[in-house]
Amino acid sequence: MSDFDRVRWHCRRGLLELDIILTRFLESGYPRLSEAQRTVFSGLLEYADNDLWDFVSGRKSSADAAEEEVLDLLRET
Amino acid sequence: MSLPTRKFDAVVVGAGGAGMRAALQLSEAGLKVAVLSKVFPTRSHTVAAQGGIGASLGNMGEDNWLWHMYDTIKGSDYLGDQDAIEFLCRMAPQAVYDLEHYGMPFDRNENGTVYQRPFGGHSSNFGERPVQRSVCAADRTGHAMLHTLYQRNVRANTVFFVEWMALDLIRDASGQVLGVTAMEMETGETWIFQARATLFATGGAGRIYAASTNAFINTGDGLGMAARAGIPLEDMEFWQFHPTGVAGAGVLITEGVRGEGGYLLNKDGERFMERYAPNMKDLASRDVVARAMATEIKEGRGCGKDADYILLKLDHIGVDKIEKKLPGIREIAKKFANVDPVKDPIPVVPTCHYQMGGIPTNYHGEVVVPGNGKDNNVVPGFYAAGEVACASVHGANRLGTNSLTDLLVFGKASGDSVIRYLKENPGHKDLPADAADYTMARLSRLDSQAGGESVFEVGAAMRRTMQAHCGVFRFPDLLTDGVKKIREIADRAARTEIKDKSKTFNTARIEALELDNLIEVARSTMVCADARQESRGAHDRADYPKRDDVTWLKHTLWYKDNDRLEYKAVNLKPLTAESFEPKVRSY
Repeated sequence: MSDFDRVRWHCRRGLLELDIILTRFLESGYPRLSEAQRTVFSGLLEYADNDLWDFVSGRKSSADAAEEEVLDLLRET
Repeated sequence: MSLPTRKFDAVVVGAGGAGMRAALQLSEAGLKVAVLSKVFPTRSHTVAAQGGIGASLGNMGEDNWLWHMYDTIKGSDYLGDQDAIEFLCRMAPQAVYDLEHYGMPFDRNENGTVYQRPFGGHSSNFGERPVQRSVCAADRTGHAMLHTLYQRNVRANTVFFVEWMALDLIRDASGQVLGVTAMEMETGETWIFQARATLFATGGAGRIYAASTNAFINTGDGLGMAARAGIPLEDMEFWQFHPTGVAGAGVLITEGVRGEGGYLLNKDGERFMERYAPNMKDLASRDVVARAMATEIKEGRGCGKDADYILLKLDHIGVDKIEKKLPGIREIAKKFANVDPVKDPIPVVPTCHYQMGGIPTNYHGEVVVPGNGKDNNVVPGFYAAGEVACASVHGANRLGTNSLTDLLVFGKASGDSVIRYLKENPGHKDLPADAADYTMARLSRLDSQAGGESVFEVGAAMRRTMQAHCGVFRFPDLLTDGVKKIREIADRAARTEIKDKSKTFNTARIEALELDNLIEVARSTMVCADARQESRGAHDRADYPKRDDVTWLKHTLWYKDNDRLEYKAVNLKPLTAESFEPKVRSY
């Protein structure tokens, strides 16, 4: 099974804002992520929608440096 | 053809607020309950609800359910059923207390009572003055509700089937509902969920519109399944719109932008609201602004290459004020419209937000259909609650905060109805031999289709057509043409083809199956809107600008079979209160 398909489905969210940003990122940013970054990205998808949106919209930052690195890419999306 | 089968007392489809509230009622009664959800339960669209829960707790001053009832009926433009609305408003305080006992972190007053904030349309003493009636958990009421209900369901041993998509309703020859077929996304396998009672809580279908605030998962799966199983859909012409969503994205731009001096422009750079509302201009009420925007677009004065949006100009407000008074707007405009509003205007359009219609139910959450000379015959074993259902408490227009009240009150009520029904009807009925045939035929058609239509293109055509022909303000020529077009698109949707036939997490297949549901919603909306020759609540027609209680004080029922329409009476008789007679609606 392709992990990408699973990740793609996990980008379906309760908040439209995240649906849009994550869908865009799957096309533009995700293909360029390293394996390690992909694991971090999958981890980010486990956050609740509001928390993830706070991160992505720049209202909050993560205490985890690896998460911040991927979040920075999402913020540019 | 037989499929692997799982048996439960009750199967709930959808794990948003309504589904989880219903499931909790059932599991805590000791029943064996399955909840099917396309996404992890706390990622349901209920998470987007910020406004709060309307309930006349009276914590901030005098309030009572009868005043809440009046506001709801007036809001509904008198199309709401007054028995269901009385039930909603009387049960609302208890629904809040229940949630409080489950551990919901409500905002509080200094004396420890639950805080209530003001919200448009809520009044004391029958419209006399505003009242604070909305209970909330900061701006995360939906989020807190989902987490509270999920934890409580886990404790009560509700069985969640996460990343499962329900496909079709199973009915026997007598019409009784015996469960659903459903696909596990991870394996692509299809199962039968046999249940003594089946409850739909699949939410709304706002994704039928090109401009929608709804999350991508809101594809009307419950509506599609019901329509295919011969159940009518009620009042599908009524959709609530917000005037300013980002064109092409749907993300809302707060009305505060116009409050701070932002204004709308057409393609000629004209501030057109001066023509429609010389005094209030861009600060006129929501419906006036949305109607003016739709008229400009219809008359060819929209912006962009397809002349299909309006510009919202705010650069003159100045960077400092934009950042101070309108936090987040610059970020949203940059991210979703690709413009910096400090320099350039934001493209906006009236944007679909909430579906008032749905699967017809009574105030017990039982699905009801006409037959044998009666309007409301209970379909044995079938229940619906939340946005997918039409009880009808929202009528032609929903009062703010009543969506969360609706899903709590009717989630619980439908759960209680299931409990009563299961006591009287012990044991599983045998499944008909052809229980899964319809689903398997649909799946097999999709897998074997050659030379078919692209799911993406058909979906895009549907969304464009709904937006252009059946938006916030409706014109007779566009509706007539829209019916023809949406039927053609529905024919195309029946011939969709997917290139990827793999089994595991095949999102192309899932999206094709979602389109099967969306198209039923789109067709019903267009046909019902074309037929209703009046303006009432959210249904606003250029050729019939007035409400017509003589001819149209009635609910529409749409059947998939040949787009057949029937009508049924609005229930103007509350349970105990005096009837509220229709009056001119003004605020």
